[in-house]
Amino acid sequence: MSLDKETVRKIAFLARIDVPDDQLDPLAGELSGILGWIEQLRVVDTSDVEPMTSVAAMTLPWRDDGVTDGDDAARVTANAPDSQGGFYRVPKVVE
Amino acid sequence: MTNPTELTPTNWTIAEARAALDTGEITAVALTEAHLAAMDAHKGLNAFVTETGDKALEMARASDARRQAGQARGALDGIPLAIKDLFCTDGVRTTAGSNILAPFVPPYESTVSANLWAAGAVMLGKANLDEFAMGSSNETSAFGGAVNPWTRTSEPGTRQVPGGSSGGSASAVAARLAMGATGTDTGGSIRQPASFCGIVGLKPTYGRCSRWGIVAFASSLDQAGPMTRSVTDAALMLGAMAGHDPRDSTSAPMPVPDFAATIEQGVAGLTVGIPKEYRPDEGLSPEIDALWTRGMEMLRDAGATIKDISLPHTQYALATYYIIAPAEASSNLARYDGVRYGLRVVDDGDGLNDMYRKTRAAGFGAEVKRRILIGTYALSAGYYDAYYLKAQKVRALIARDFKAAFDNGVDVILTPTTPSAAFPLGQEVTDPVTMYLNDVFTVPTSLAGLPGLSVPVALTSEGLPQGLQLIGRPFDEETVLRAGRALEKAAAFTATPSLVEG
Repeated sequence: MSLDKETVRKIAFLARIDVPDDQLDPLAGELSGILGWIEQLRVVDTSDVEPMTSVAAMTLPWRDDGVTDGDDAARVTANAPDSQGGFYRVPKVVE
Repeated sequence: MTNPTELTPTNWTIAEARAALDTGEITAVALTEAHLAAMDAHKGLNAFVTETGDKALEMARASDARRQAGQARGALDGIPLAIKDLFCTDGVRTTAGSNILAPFVPPYESTVSANLWAAGAVMLGKANLDEFAMGSSNETSAFGGAVNPWTRTSEPGTRQVPGGSSGGSASAVAARLAMGATGTDTGGSIRQPASFCGIVGLKPTYGRCSRWGIVAFASSLDQAGPMTRSVTDAALMLGAMAGHDPRDSTSAPMPVPDFAATIEQGVAGLTVGIPKEYRPDEGLSPEIDALWTRGMEMLRDAGATIKDISLPHTQYALATYYIIAPAEASSNLARYDGVRYGLRVVDDGDGLNDMYRKTRAAGFGAEVKRRILIGTYALSAGYYDAYYLKAQKVRALIARDFKAAFDNGVDVILTPTTPSAAFPLGQEVTDPVTMYLNDVFTVPTSLAGLPGLSVPVALTSEGLPQGLQLIGRPFDEETVLRAGRALEKAAAFTATPSLVEG
C-alpha cells in the first residue's frame, strides 16, 4: 500500500494535524513503509475467526445512570487555556 | 566481609527497607532524604520530568508519625517511589512526556497512585517517559531522553538508552534514585526498559490494575505495573496497586491475592513452555540464545519440567499491534484539542479547525503524529475492515495460541524479553519499523492480555544487563512471580550499574 501526497493531506485533516506542504511527501514515504510492513497480515487466514473485542473474558458491569460527581466548574476549567465564568472560550465555530 | 554498599539505604530492596523501618533502624524521612540526595547527584540521568521533594518529605513525616503511633499501613508505608508521568497526580503537573500536556496540573489522582498513597508510599517525583508512552528508547520524550545508568565496557563514555516507554522509571530504580516505580505497558513498555536497565518489571493481566487517571494510549492494551529491584518487591508493590475500581469498567472485580505469600514456593512440579517461534528464522543473537538456554537450565535445575511449545501466530503480533495501538491512540488522543486543558495555539481570525490543527501540530512530536495518522487511516471509511477488523481477528488467533498452550498443561512460558541489550542514545533510526522490533517478544503477551514479568539474569560481554520474560495465565501473577523468584535466585544477578558505582 502506497500513500500519495493527497491521501496524506486528507488523513492529516481528518486527524486535525497541520502538516506543511513540504512534509507531505516524506510523511507519505514513512507511512507507506509502515503500511507495507503491515500488509503481511493479509496472508493469515481469518475466514472463520471472530474479531477480538474484549481482552478479558468478562461481561462489562451495569450501573445506574445516575449523577455521581459534578458541580465543580472552577476545578474542571482550571486547566483551560481560556475560560470565563465556568465556560470554555473557543474561536468562532460558525463560518 | 560486609559489602559497604549494603550499608547504603538506597541500595536496599523495599522488603529490606520495610524491615529497617520496622526496627527503627531508619526513619521514612531519612530514607526519603537519601533518595532525594541520590536524585540530586544523578540529575544527568534525566530520569524525572518533575521532582516533588517537598511533597516527598511531607509524606515521609506522615509515615513516621503513623509508625510511631503503631498505625503503619503495610509493606509500602514510608517507601519512596517514582511515578511514571503518565499517572495523573492531584496538584502535581502530569505531562505524558508531551508538549501538549506541558502545562497540565490534574485536579484528581489516578486510582493506582491513590492506592499507593493509601498504602503509605512516598512520591519522589514524576518519571520521564516516551511521549504518550509511544517509544522503545525514551527518546521521544518532549523533555529529552532519560539515560541508562549502565554503560558498555568497550565505550564507557557512550550513554545507552534506558528503553521505553517507562525509561525514566527504569533508570531511576536501577540507579537507586527510587526503591520502586510505577510503569505502564502497552506493548512492552514495562518489560523492555526493565530488561535494558537490569531490574524487575511486571505487566499484570489486563484488568488487574485500574486504568482510571492514567493518560490513555491504547485502551485495550494499557496496563499499569511495578518496576523494582527484586521479584518480591514487585509482588509487594503490585499488591498495593491492584484491585477493582468501579471507575474503570475493564478493571476486574476480583480479589487481590497476597502475591508475596506464595512467592517462595519454587517451581517444582511446574511445566515451563518454550515457544519455538521466539527463535525466528533470521536467528537470535548468540548471547540472547545462550541466556535463554541458561534460563531453561535454571528452572529445570529448580525442579520445573521444560516443554517445547508452539505459538504459531507469533510472527504476526507486531504488525497486528501496529494497527490496533495506533488506531486506539488516534481515538484517545483526539481529546487534545486546545480547548479544555494543555497547549493552545491560535492566531487572530482563526476558526476552530485552525486552532485544532495548529495546536496538535505544535503539541505532538513526530512519532505521536505518525501513529495518529496511521491510526486515523486504519479507521477511515473504506479501510476499517482491511486493517482494524483484520487485526482484531489476528489478535484473536494470537490469544488462542496462548490459551492452547496453557490448556495443554503449560503453567508459565519462558522467553527472552528483548532481542538485544540497550543501544546507544541518539542512534539514527531512519526506519520506524526497526525501532518497533524491540517489542517483538513482549507484544504478543500484551495482545493476549496476559501477565508478563521481566527478570534480570545476566550481563552481556559488553557489561549490559539482559532479562528473561515469564508469561502466565490470565490473573495468575502468583505463578509468574513464583517462577520469577526461582529464576532470580538461580541467576543471582547482583551487578550494579556503572554510573552508580561512580
